[in-house]
Amino acid sequence: MLLAPVANSDMLDTTSTTTSTTTWQFGRSSGVLDRAAKPLEGLYACANSTSVARRNPEVVVFRSAFLQNISIDTMPLLTQSQADDEEYVLVASLDNARNLSNILKAITFKDHAIFSATPNGLKVTVEDSKCMQANAFIQAEIFQEFTIKEDLVGFQVNLTVLLDCLNIFGGSTVPGVSTALRMCYKGYGYPLTLFLEEGGVVTVCKINTQEPEEPIDFEFCSSNVTNKVILLSESLKEAFSELDMTSEVLQITMSPNQPYFRLSTFGNSGNAHYDYPKDSDMMELFKCTKTQTNRYKMSLLKPSTKALALSCKVSVRTDSRGFLSLQYLVRNDDGQICFVEYYCCPDEEVEEE
Amino acid sequence: MDCVVTGGNVKVLAKAIHSLSRIGEELYVEPQEDGLALRSVNSSRSAYACFLFAPLFFSRFTTPSGQTFRCKMAIKSVQAVFRSLASLEKTVEKCHIQLDEQKNRLTFTLHCKHGLLKTHNLSFQDSESLQAVFDKDSCANEFRSQPRLLVDTVIHFPQSVDEVTVSVNDERMWFRNHVEDEAEQARAMLTELCLASDEFDHFAVKSHGSITFCLKELRGLLVFAESTGLPITMYFDEPGSPVVLSVTDSVLEGNFVLATLSEDAGHRKNNSRGGRSPQPPPPPDDFMNDDMDSFIIAMDTSMAPGPSTSRPSTSRSDYSTCSKQSTAANHRTRHRSEEEEEEEEDNTDDLDRPPNKKFCSLFFGSVLPPSSQMTTQPVISQEVLASDSEDDPQDE
Repeated sequence: MLLAPVANSDMLDTTSTTTSTTTWQFGRSSGVLDRAAKPLEGLYACANSTSVARRNPEVVVFRSAFLQNISIDTMPLLTQSQADDEEYVLVASLDNARNLSNILKAITFKDHAIFSATPNGLKVTVEDSKCMQANAFIQAEIFQEFTIKEDLVGFQVNLTVLLDCLNIFGGSTVPGVSTALRMCYKGYGYPLTLFLEEGGVVTVCKINTQEPEEPIDFEFCSSNVTNKVILLSESLKEAFSELDMTSEVLQITMSPNQPYFRLSTFGNSGNAHYDYPKDSDMMELFKCTKTQTNRYKMSLLKPSTKALALSCKVSVRTDSRGFLSLQYLVRNDDGQICFVEYYCCPDEEVEEE
Repeated sequence: MDCVVTGGNVKVLAKAIHSLSRIGEELYVEPQEDGLALRSVNSSRSAYACFLFAPLFFSRFTTPSGQTFRCKMAIKSVQAVFRSLASLEKTVEKCHIQLDEQKNRLTFTLHCKHGLLKTHNLSFQDSESLQAVFDKDSCANEFRSQPRLLVDTVIHFPQSVDEVTVSVNDERMWFRNHVEDEAEQARAMLTELCLASDEFDHFAVKSHGSITFCLKELRGLLVFAESTGLPITMYFDEPGSPVVLSVTDSVLEGNFVLATLSEDAGHRKNNSRGGRSPQPPPPPDDFMNDDMDSFIIAMDTSMAPGPSTSRPSTSRSDYSTCSKQSTAANHRTRHRSEEEEEEEEDNTDDLDRPPNKKFCSLFFGSVLPPSSQMTTQPVISQEVLASDSEDDPQDE
């Protein structure tokens, strides 16, 4: 979006005088007028993300003190003060913001995301229809800096806006070019502040936080797990890309006997089954104790394909109630491992055909 | 029916289905003594394609003994079986096609790498046999070339170009895009390519002339021919009679029969052709079973344009170029009356096309009498249409 600022009709009116003044100051103070391209990029970044905020009126201002959802300043790196750090309850830094944005993209199917940070790391939760939940876990070790002053820091933000901000420099995938991120949160009632830096330009985004909701507890515990398989994602990717989307449900059969692990769809033109034998080299682990057949709404499972696409392994588990847990092991650009987890409620009881 | 396709032939089968999907919405499946026939026809019956896979193409091929079985199914659902064409070659080891008569399902089972088994149980409808009547051996002109030659030719025509005109003389063949009418001609871009006879493997011209047909189906065939590397043979006679494009191998044969544009009487008065009678008498058309909407649309538009009034007198020359059974007459801008034709042939039905093309429909034959259930409804609609189109000029 950043590369075509001219096409953005919102640009002129959203670039407030203050913002552009800041940018000019940047240009002068840094004394790099010859590198005009970069300051310009910063300006466009401002213009665009301000319009993002305007175009997202559903992101309601939660506390009356904050009139705008996000605000953005562009300032030279040098003026950025580290003194503020003491006020923050949470500070997390990443050399490459893409390590965060990629994994967040895998769970972006609803706007509202619940962030819960503990000393172990960051958990981001997105829910749909009270029937399905996606969690992304980013361990503290992934961050270059992860400072938390409380046992649990929780807030809710609009995930789409957050992703737009993380990609404010265009989310370049050119090797060697990355956006550095410093994410700070002062506590209840304060916005989530992002400092993003690329090529000497810093953009500060403030995203208003919302009252955190309590995530649904699916009560999925490993002691209740009836069946579990771990597959290399590659083989499931193929199946998911071919699934008949005219089918309302995806039926998953797991069994110690044939067909072992089966995905079935029932679409307009007939039905289709994908069978994975337990001794396939795609099957890393096969631990099924009881034959179980459950149906899950295709519409709920479909977003999980985003996580599947990123992942290298998937663990598929069902518990005694038929609840489904999909755990994706995701390797980021730097080879570190994160997890994305999906829980899904089964559809009504299966009647035999 | 029970057949097994292995190795590279799975891809050939998949490519054939994909190229058939460029023709029509439905796939007609008919296991025969001499192999498995897969056919498709477009909604306006102006393009027809058939692949016949010989029993040797399969590792196992058994046809139902005794009774004949034929069906048609949505081509999209069959395409879905072979969705990932790119990985097909690498992943699929064996494809098993089986008829489950109890459940009325045609089952495609793909045995893939890593033991993955994909089973698609597809529903189907009974159908009549789909046959186009054409005789490529009697065509005056015959050309055979490597698919590359045609691919390299067709690539110069943008996707927006619907029809091409192919002209031949003793030494050369020209491809040029067909431009609809005078008004358009002023603005249109004309692309013309000339191919020398020595670029072809075989170049036999008995009658000079040019024909115009749709590019879309040719593109479909090229996809198949290019991936299999099979040479394409083109047969044609004269404007209005179908062009046949075929690929042949020891184990398969593919024929694409495309209607060509009739010589336009407005452009060239060629009444001498009027006397020529079409060769084989066509069986009645009996599968006008879909596309009611386009019938209706076409009906509406056929009343609108004025030029149709002047046409009846020229109808004879026009109609003779149409193929026998289904006289395609009612076009958007030019109206070809069927009166004379109907006198000659009892079973003529007025076949209408979606409004924007001026091709005559092909003549299709069926092995079943027209009284079958499939034909009942469409025949009614055709009658209505026919009378409408005949009345049309008179009313005006």
